[in-house]
Amino acid sequence: MAEFKPAGSMYEWFDQRLGIDKFVKVMMTEYWIPKNINFLWAMGVLLTVMFTLLVVSGIFLLMYYKPDINMAFDSVNYTIMQEVAYGWLFRHIHAVGASVVFLIIYIHMFTGIYYGSYKKGREMIWISGMLLFMLFSAEGFSGYMLPWGQMSYWAAYVITEIFGGIPLIGGDLVVWIRGNFYVADATLTRFFMLHVLLIPLAILGAIVFHFYSLRFPHVNNEAGEFFDFDEEAEKYLAGDKKNSKVVPFWPVFLSKDFFVLGFFLLFFFYLVFFHYSFAMDPINFDKADGLKTPAHIYPEWYFLWSYEVLRGWFFEIAGISGKSLGLIAFGFANAIFLVMPWLDRSPMVKPANQRPYFKYWFWLMIADLMVLTEFGKLPPTGPNAWVGFGASLTFLVLFIALPFITKAEAKKVGGK
Amino acid sequence: MMMDESRRGFIGKAFGAVAAVGGVASLIAMKKTWDPLPSVMSAGFTTVDVSGLEANKLEIAVWRGKPIFILKYTEDMKPTDGRSVKVGDHYYSVMVGLCTHLGCIPGYENDRKMFKCACHGGEYSADGRQTFGPPPRPLDIPPFKIDGVTLVLGEEGPEYKAMMAKAGGA
Ligand code: FES
Repeated sequence: MAEFKPAGSMYEWFDQRLGIDKFVKVMMTEYWIPKNINFLWAMGVLLTVMFTLLVVSGIFLLMYYKPDINMAFDSVNYTIMQEVAYGWLFRHIHAVGASVVFLIIYIHMFTGIYYGSYKKGREMIWISGMLLFMLFSAEGFSGYMLPWGQMSYWAAYVITEIFGGIPLIGGDLVVWIRGNFYVADATLTRFFMLHVLLIPLAILGAIVFHFYSLRFPHVNNEAGEFFDFDEEAEKYLAGDKKNSKVVPFWPVFLSKDFFVLGFFLLFFFYLVFFHYSFAMDPINFDKADGLKTPAHIYPEWYFLWSYEVLRGWFFEIAGISGKSLGLIAFGFANAIFLVMPWLDRSPMVKPANQRPYFKYWFWLMIADLMVLTEFGKLPPTGPNAWVGFGASLTFLVLFIALPFITKAEAKKVGGK
Repeated sequence: MMMDESRRGFIGKAFGAVAAVGGVASLIAMKKTWDPLPSVMSAGFTTVDVSGLEANKLEIAVWRGKPIFILKYTEDMKPTDGRSVKVGDHYYSVMVGLCTHLGCIPGYENDRKMFKCACHGGEYSADGRQTFGPPPRPLDIPPFKIDGVTLVLGEEGPEYKAMMAKAGGA
């Protein structure tokens, strides 16, 4: 053990034992962030704050929630909403937060795509980010089921039923996942465990990994410019702050983030206090009934696009049933973003508007996702079914075409 | 020296083998912990007395948490081979009342003698064959046994086996 001199202050005492000085340097004051990034780069901090809010509000809900099919509905709608002082506040923060967190994730994700931040050395950031997206999806879905309302029940029913589409083992797998032949108490208690323990743990791990993977290639910037972070950092430390292209994470960069965060939180609490109902489906205020289906089942808004890809295929093609086609397309839609770094074959890291072909692809994809989201909520009958089919097909075609488009673009721009 | 290396290698491999066995064993235990409980498995029987049912009026029983459609045929409804069953003097349809598309519960329209699933417009005939819309296959038939005038759901009787044999052949 190193020899410890008597500490002159409490700070020094801790510093000797925990290396606080060093830690603060590495994590904050000498963690370098490019200067030219806009408010879209604040989404990471927003997400960290949102996740914290969700954990804290979740802890308070956890004290009164009862994971039992006979008590769950009342523990939420009576105990938490009526009896617990400020129980409604924690429920609304949690419900609105779960919805808004997806809004921010999508902005974060499409910012990454727009600026090419998944390319050239940043693949691991992208992959860990997509992993986080999947974990958040599982977290959102498992939590949606807990209030044991009609929509919760049938969402759980339909989603678990999806596994039945897997050849051979499907039927048994569904029973295994549910722990019963239908969505029952066993299903509720295991989803409760997933929602409050296992998935949050995995999310925490993935967040740490996501931040870690960011340290090597560093944060991308608005121009997609490449520069030497060490050199720029030296300039900054030498006092040439004006010419240096980087600023320290704390306090300079975070002050800008806090500004965005301030606006965001105003918006968030405006929703929590005045428009919380958008995050709560009216059907979910009927208690779950396994023998009565709601006329029309749909998920929360953030899953609508992939839900529409799932059910957009309503007729059989080449002897494959519409149901299987939907399942295949659904699997594709959920996995394809993961391989973005390899689908984009153009080496150029530039914002989409400076890329001759990619810009069209990007906005088409966004438009298609919007159409899918819109029609995912509508009953899939008549012309709706055809729009849904068209948009689902467009989605697949866009991603299959991406390597070719970007290859052609690379040729056009760089000749390599 | 050589001796030491191989000894170390052996210990490493032995440890790896023990760990692998332990790992597989715990995976099996974890999988089984998630299996439905024995009480769930044994609660899988429901009996329904069908003699008192009214013709062309849908009766819904519950078996394993699922709605089971039991429809008694009127005199002029034709029984279908492989999908209708005779109990006593009458023919019946016995089916799991969950749309084979996405699992909604179809409703019975007795004037048109057919099932309609409101979710995405799927339609089925009175014996459960899909006639329109997205459902990929007829309504499923739950395992049943006929015992006099009662239907035992959850047990595979000879009539059920005969039906399944037909479905398999088709
Ligand atoms: S669930 Fe019945 S038609 Fe879709």
